[in-house]
Amino acid sequence: MSTAARNYLTFLWRCSRIAFVGDWRYYSWMGVLSAIVLLGLNAYCKQFVHGLIVTGMSDEVSWGVYIANFTFLVGVAAAAVMMVIPVYIYDNEELHDLVIFGELLAVAAILMCLAFVTVDLGRPDRFWHLIPGLGQMNFPKSMLSWDVIVLNGYLLLNVHICGYLLYCRYNDRKPGKWFYIPFVFTAIIWAVSIHTVTAFLYVGLGGRPFWNASIVGPRFLASAFTAGPAIIILALQIIRSVTHYRITDKALLTLRSIVQVSMIINVFLLVCEVFKEFYSGTLHGASAKYLFFGLEGHHALVPWIWTAITFNLIAMVILSLPLSRSLKYLNIACVLSIVGIWIEKGMGLVIPGFIPTPLGAVVDYVPSLNETLVCLGIWAFGLLCYTVFLRMSVPILQGRLSKANEHLPEPDAEDDTDLPATAPAPH
Amino acid sequence: MSLLEPTPQEQAGATDRAMTRRSFLRSTAAFAGLSALAASLSPLRELGEFSSAEEFMQKYYKEMTPDDMAKVLKRIEGQVERQYGIRPHVRDLKPMDGVEFVYCLNLTRCIGCRKCVHACVAENNQSRNPEIQYIRVLKLPHGSMDMEKADHNYAPESVPEKGFFYMPVQCQQCHNPPCVKVCPVNATWQEKDGITVIDYDWCIGCRYCEAACPYFARRFNFTKPEIPAERLNPSMAYLGNRPRKQGVMEKCHFCIQRTRAGKYPACLEVCPVGARKFGNILDPESEVSYILREKRVFIQLKEEMGTNPRFFYYFDK
Repeated sequence: MSTAARNYLTFLWRCSRIAFVGDWRYYSWMGVLSAIVLLGLNAYCKQFVHGLIVTGMSDEVSWGVYIANFTFLVGVAAAAVMMVIPVYIYDNEELHDLVIFGELLAVAAILMCLAFVTVDLGRPDRFWHLIPGLGQMNFPKSMLSWDVIVLNGYLLLNVHICGYLLYCRYNDRKPGKWFYIPFVFTAIIWAVSIHTVTAFLYVGLGGRPFWNASIVGPRFLASAFTAGPAIIILALQIIRSVTHYRITDKALLTLRSIVQVSMIINVFLLVCEVFKEFYSGTLHGASAKYLFFGLEGHHALVPWIWTAITFNLIAMVILSLPLSRSLKYLNIACVLSIVGIWIEKGMGLVIPGFIPTPLGAVVDYVPSLNETLVCLGIWAFGLLCYTVFLRMSVPILQGRLSKANEHLPEPDAEDDTDLPATAPAPH
Repeated sequence: MSLLEPTPQEQAGATDRAMTRRSFLRSTAAFAGLSALAASLSPLRELGEFSSAEEFMQKYYKEMTPDDMAKVLKRIEGQVERQYGIRPHVRDLKPMDGVEFVYCLNLTRCIGCRKCVHACVAENNQSRNPEIQYIRVLKLPHGSMDMEKADHNYAPESVPEKGFFYMPVQCQQCHNPPCVKVCPVNATWQEKDGITVIDYDWCIGCRYCEAACPYFARRFNFTKPEIPAERLNPSMAYLGNRPRKQGVMEKCHFCIQRTRAGKYPACLEVCPVGARKFGNILDPESEVSYILREKRVFIQLKEEMGTNPRFFYYFDK
């Protein structure tokens, strides 16, 4: 038993060591990210001392870019399953060894989500009031308590799956099916639940007609399954060029078909929503009117939403054409989808829900500099986490970091570029 | 051995030098990193008295014994005295048996003078900077209840203005409060006399209740509230008008510190036209019972929300 524990600790120790080793590109990338994280931390410290008054939020628009980014990132996390489903349900070989990169992205995204909700709290020091047993969790009535449970559960599931598979690979051992397959299938259902619950957070509010619509949940899923795999397509190409890890174009094109179908559904649902809001002409359409055309001389979101719609439409056209089989065009479409959906799911969903207020006041919201720095800091933190996860997992998957070479000198900076990549063995 | 090849000693020396250079770079990087971290944390030095250990560990309101509560009230009195130089009297007033409060507001009479708004601020120790107000008076065009036509910031020489009517809105003390349902930590709940209260020491400041309220009744302390010491109302209640902290919600609580002690709310007492009526709906002899029994028309705001407010608007002929 103690050998097993020692072996595991050695594994953890070597993983954390390798995170601090790399070539000059690695150091400069990590250096830049760390600097942005510290800027964000500094901005958050100011907010912690002076309160949320340093943000652009008000009693009228009481959630802003923090919750907007949170919403978007829940989608990114949920989208990890879009790689898992083809592999474990349809036995897609091309994606098999890439699943872990998707799940690690999910872990990084959830960490960012947790950071975004924490910075949005007025009293983060009282977070323990949420812990069942210690505090008072209003479960099952409050959708926020559901969200706390599903997000943390999803985090644990993915940490377990990734950690277990990587540890087995490190030991050059075949993973025991019962130790991860049930968790993989749980995670697939769970991924849908995190996004549905997050949608219900908004849908459940009767006093906010813009959110109180059943289409919000399906739209969340459609946009998540567009933006998530789009991010993974880009990430995989970066991994391929930096580490020589074997990633086939065929795998990228499988993901392309997921992005393609999801984007078409996403745009269709948008049309459904726009029709309902505008054709009936009821007073409930005021938020949508504010979003798309402006209301009473307030137009803060109009340029944003039209940018988003233009990007989404261009991306949809490129994705639908055979043109996007070429990686260059696929990448353009992916970037456009990610930016388009980030605007639409973030600013485009959260802010107009508050405008006009239930008493009819129209108050604009513009994020403050401090708030923006906090957001940038959290994004940099997420990228930092993802880079570290990849830095640990790629050598393990390539067999360069394993129990067998425990007593050899640590693989060093130049290994990444100089060593020919060994083809990873299938699980 | 060829002379051109380095001796093992020379090789070891080169490695040593490389190692010292590397460890020097490493320690420099670590030092720079730690200094940058310390610099980024520096705003925390201004934190001051954010939360005491006692406050941090404080139990949930409904789980406190009378002894716990006595200690908490003492702590609050001490804190207020330190901050404002005035010893307040903080009580934990419980709901009375056989009492359910209801508010009725006569829209025919209201002239939009906003005296209720200011009486409320004074009574309930609301922040003057930034300004927090529980009552929002809407100026509406004759004949319309569409709130999107409401003017919140009207400022004419004198009120009332011709062609308009005025509708003050505050917490509607719903039977089915959406704000209570969504709170993730049960920091807000409905008491048996119908008042929805907030435990300011339990709220985590997520503002979900603020998003859920269909009446824009809830307010958030975006920063440390400021009240001039000479304006502090020293008669306080735990769930009522004791000073709030940065980062928590607050809202109208029907002046719990007055109404649970047999007085009228401050907004009612100050109203110059008698538009406001308050009382116990369980008492058939009360004014509010009479109004709801005898008036042909009265309304609950946004009735279609299913919130069933305890706040009624009515009209004279």
